Amino acid sequence: MIALMRANAGLAAVGVIGIALLIGLPMAVDLFALLQITLYAIMSILALSLAFVWGYGGILCFGQSAFFGLGAYAYAVAVINIGESTLPLLTAVALPAALAAGLGYFMFYSRISDVYVGVITLTVALIFYHCINSTAGPEYHIGEALLGGFNGIPSIPSINIPFRPDAPLEPEDMFYVSMGLLLLTYFGLKGLLATRFGRVLVAIRENEQRVEFLGYDARLHKLIAFSISGGLAGLAGCLFATWGNYVSPTVFSIVQSAQVIIWLMVGGAGTLLGPVIGCFAISWLTAEVGTQQIIPANVMLGAILLGFVLLVPRGIAPMVTEQVIPWLISLNRIATPRRRTAQKMQAQAVKAQEIKA
Amino acid sequence: MSPPLIETRGLSMRFGGVQAVRNVDFSVAEGELRCLIGPNGAGKSTFFKMLTGQLRPTSGTIFFRGADITDLQPHEIARLGIGVKTQVPSVFNGLSVRENLWIAAARHNKGHAANLAMETQIERLSLGPFVDKLVGQLAHGQRQWVELGIVLCGAPTVILLDEPAAGMTDDETIRTAELIKDINSTHPLIVVEHDMSFIRRIAQRITVFDRGAILTEGNVEQVFGDQTVRNIYLGKQAAA
Repeated sequence: MIALMRANAGLAAVGVIGIALLIGLPMAVDLFALLQITLYAIMSILALSLAFVWGYGGILCFGQSAFFGLGAYAYAVAVINIGESTLPLLTAVALPAALAAGLGYFMFYSRISDVYVGVITLTVALIFYHCINSTAGPEYHIGEALLGGFNGIPSIPSINIPFRPDAPLEPEDMFYVSMGLLLLTYFGLKGLLATRFGRVLVAIRENEQRVEFLGYDARLHKLIAFSISGGLAGLAGCLFATWGNYVSPTVFSIVQSAQVIIWLMVGGAGTLLGPVIGCFAISWLTAEVGTQQIIPANVMLGAILLGFVLLVPRGIAPMVTEQVIPWLISLNRIATPRRRTAQKMQAQAVKAQEIKA
Repeated sequence: MSPPLIETRGLSMRFGGVQAVRNVDFSVAEGELRCLIGPNGAGKSTFFKMLTGQLRPTSGTIFFRGADITDLQPHEIARLGIGVKTQVPSVFNGLSVRENLWIAAARHNKGHAANLAMETQIERLSLGPFVDKLVGQLAHGQRQWVELGIVLCGAPTVILLDEPAAGMTDDETIRTAELIKDINSTHPLIVVEHDMSFIRRIAQRITVFDRGAILTEGNVEQVFGDQTVRNIYLGKQAAA
């Protein structure tokens, strides 16, 4: 019961802080910072997509950028052709989810081992990268949308109010949409993990054979989780494309996939809050280091990853909840009796003085 | 006459050049407690894995209450009501005992009923003192009992146990034997076991495997008195 209350208290705290940031940040920071935070929120959705499938499902997807990039390109191509963003947005979620489902079917139903899941997803991302990269020239187009090879697709229309192409969202609105969707994703995944499906998914991570001995179809559970994760990564990709009104093949790159894994390892892969913290912290740090040009950003990223793997292998969030907070509580417990002894001694001293007097 | 609970006909398994199980015809009736014994490499474990769907036989058929289950997936076999306890405890190490049992109970029960089924088994197996601990932190014997609890929470029709007493202390072995007899009052069981004193405690009918085939089958006295069985397997243990 206490554990339940504590768990809900944590959840409520995240909700309150999240909504406070959602309302307060646009008033507190300038437009440039708000744009940066919007980007971090978008990337956090990508981080959560991997946290769900890897941290909870135990499926290490090395190619999360395949779904992210496909979402970005699907949105770009669809919105340029349609001129209105509602259907393109849905496409950008549905297409990567469908790709993940198809890929998942072959990977999970043929029962290949975890290592090969990593290799196959990485390869799929690379195939996308190279294919899209070699689409320079006017002959590569889907409808009115030129794919543009490594130059990418510029001037992608922003998201508009549903079914009103004449009312595109302003940068401030994009912040509300991205931050709101991040909160929605976070609580949606929390809720999903509390259902039987979510709990069985975690059990599959722990022991797939036992789950099957109990009569659950582990393959189907993994397939659904993988597809949800693909859809979320696609959503992040779509928001990313509309954030900068631009998309290039780098969305499919290995760097993009690796970055997400680093966010998770730093923040704590077995949690949902950790990856968001990791994403914000690392993205901000990379941006800061990038502007100062003292050390290359990638060298710093590598050093941080190495440091965390060696010193904080489970990431920031588990360290805070399992070590820092209990440590603070124990400090408080030690402090209380000491204070009591001090009071007792004081009282004795007073008594002694009274006797003397 | 109703068909046997589990029956195999001509069941064979070949790994490359090795014939692990050869043409086994085997059947277990409702309510039975059947022990499978045999020396190392006799094919007991391979036979066991074919019954649970972990291995697909090279040839032959497996029937469960008359229905062919040879080509079913492990989870489909489990859904028919065949509960499995493996030799090395197959549990969820990173989850609490309670969560382990809940996952099992939630397969057939919704909402409160799942919690109720879970509490029943916690009491039956005396898991109370460590119910909120992570299973990975428990001692080997305790993990074996947690796995038994998981199997029972799944409300199986028949339970297959692979070396349930492996690695247990004498006291734990005695308690496990009592548990198995208690479980047999409600469930038919098939037990693969090495430990002869354990077999003596629980056995009713015994099937002896040797070199991939069934050597003999009978009740405890018949099997333990059989000279061939003593020669190939029991040796000094039975004489003692």
